[in-house]
Amino acid sequence: MEWETVIGLEIHVQLSTQSKIFSGASTAFGAAPNSQACAVDLAMPGTLPVANEQAFKFAVMFGLAMNADIGKRSVFERKNYFYPDLPKGYQTTQLEEPIVGPGVIEVELASGETKSIRLHHAHLEEDAGKSLHEDYHGMSGIDLNRAGTPLIEIVSEPDMRTAEEAVAYLKKIHSIITYLGISDGDMSQGSMRCDANVSVRLKGEEKLGTRCEIKNINSFKFVEKAINIEAARQIDLIEDGGSVVQETRLFDVDKSETRSMRSKEVANDYRYFPCPDLLPVILDDDYIETIRNTLPELPDAKRDRFVSEHGLSKYDAAVLTTDRPTADFFEAVAKGSGEAKLAANWVMVDLAAYLNKSETTLATCPVNAEQLAGLISRIKDGTISGKIAKQVFEAMTNGEGDADTIIDKHGLKQVSDTGAIEKMVDEVIANNPAQVNNYKNADDKKRPKMLGFFVGQIMKASKGQANPQAVNEILLKKLGEQ
Amino acid sequence: MAVDQSDIEKLAELARLQISEEAAAETAQSISQVLELVDQLQAADTQNVKPMAHPLDAVQRLRADVVTETDQRESLQAMAPATQDGLYLVPKVIE
Repeated sequence: MEWETVIGLEIHVQLSTQSKIFSGASTAFGAAPNSQACAVDLAMPGTLPVANEQAFKFAVMFGLAMNADIGKRSVFERKNYFYPDLPKGYQTTQLEEPIVGPGVIEVELASGETKSIRLHHAHLEEDAGKSLHEDYHGMSGIDLNRAGTPLIEIVSEPDMRTAEEAVAYLKKIHSIITYLGISDGDMSQGSMRCDANVSVRLKGEEKLGTRCEIKNINSFKFVEKAINIEAARQIDLIEDGGSVVQETRLFDVDKSETRSMRSKEVANDYRYFPCPDLLPVILDDDYIETIRNTLPELPDAKRDRFVSEHGLSKYDAAVLTTDRPTADFFEAVAKGSGEAKLAANWVMVDLAAYLNKSETTLATCPVNAEQLAGLISRIKDGTISGKIAKQVFEAMTNGEGDADTIIDKHGLKQVSDTGAIEKMVDEVIANNPAQVNNYKNADDKKRPKMLGFFVGQIMKASKGQANPQAVNEILLKKLGEQ
Repeated sequence: MAVDQSDIEKLAELARLQISEEAAAETAQSISQVLELVDQLQAADTQNVKPMAHPLDAVQRLRADVVTETDQRESLQAMAPATQDGLYLVPKVIE
């Protein structure tokens, strides 16, 4: 039997507004507990919500970037449930008339294929507070600083068939929201959280299987892991003659398993109704068009431009445009050096390896775009070879300054002086009579390989600083004269 | 449409209300009476009527994204039954 996994994602994204969605309290991260929880956030009697325009603007930006319909009329509803980090007893959210309607995006898979994933809708809502279950004299502690932080919940159709596709889609959403600057998208801090709806069915079957929802997965890696583990659990269950029960499950990273959150099942009846404290929000065409005109260049458009303007391959362009800081860095290096392909290689290979190894990001990297462009310029004008450039780059990562300073300080300038190279070539030829003899007696096919020996010796003698092209020319000439 | 005692008990549970058996039976009856009125309304043809989101025919005004609230934790927590380290304390919630 061949099984197929069906996945839909619900992604919660915290919007980078200064103040909350319905109150004027700050949303800054890391403040002292409850110092940013005002009377509205605490649901004190007599308080009323007033909606934050910026949250709507951000949601519209997202909708436009997803090629989705924009809800010109959107309505808030109350989702009723009791939990101490939700003082009102309901979450203000949207259901029937959300701010963003259906849309579709394309995601790229490692195989090079692209896949369309449909967006069901995205709605605006408020975040809840945080419960701390450490022991406070047998009680739980509640911090309501996060309560009322604006979220968009992005709901996909069940269009994904593998964990890899789900991760690709999640990364695409991450890329879009960070390009738009509507969220920092930091999964480790909870700015972006993901719930996965997973079901399985026999391949070829039309009907969807019973799904389970895995809650609050907080990294790309865990999304992949949680989905694979949950799909395997469901397949085992069915193959053993059992059946899947629709429920909410938690992913336990340490035990590599998902487990039931039974407590939430009983009260899964949210009794939505339109919120009487908030009127419908109406956005006109002018408002939406003004936002459309200020949208930044998005990942796909940037990728295509990198291909046409800088002559990069589609794959390289896609890698470089995954996040905006990398794309901007690459462009600055390409413009500064005038060598887009070299710039792409250095950013994707050497710089990426350094960032990975040193666990730093571009924001804190000791090498800036101007310095890397300077280094590439020196490769281009023949001052240093590509091999020496790696040495210079390493010195740069140690904060030794720009390329010219490092080349001067360490005396790394490439030797292009033919007199000096001739001298080295003569010495190597004189010191290796046997190899010279072999070379002379070899046929044309074997010679190029044998030439490598001499080049190696000469480069060694010059400490890697001889201009390889000049070495080749002079060496060929001198060997011919032997 | 009528509701019975078990509907009332379920609603009471969802609303975290404690309700005695007699009260549940009595409430079921009075709510059923209200729902009879609703049944009459249900008879109206609403084919071309959009669901009403709000009784006022007005549009939500939006505010600028500016922090206007200062830290009032001290006075707000003075009203709370239990606090510690700036947190509001509540009976233990266990998942």
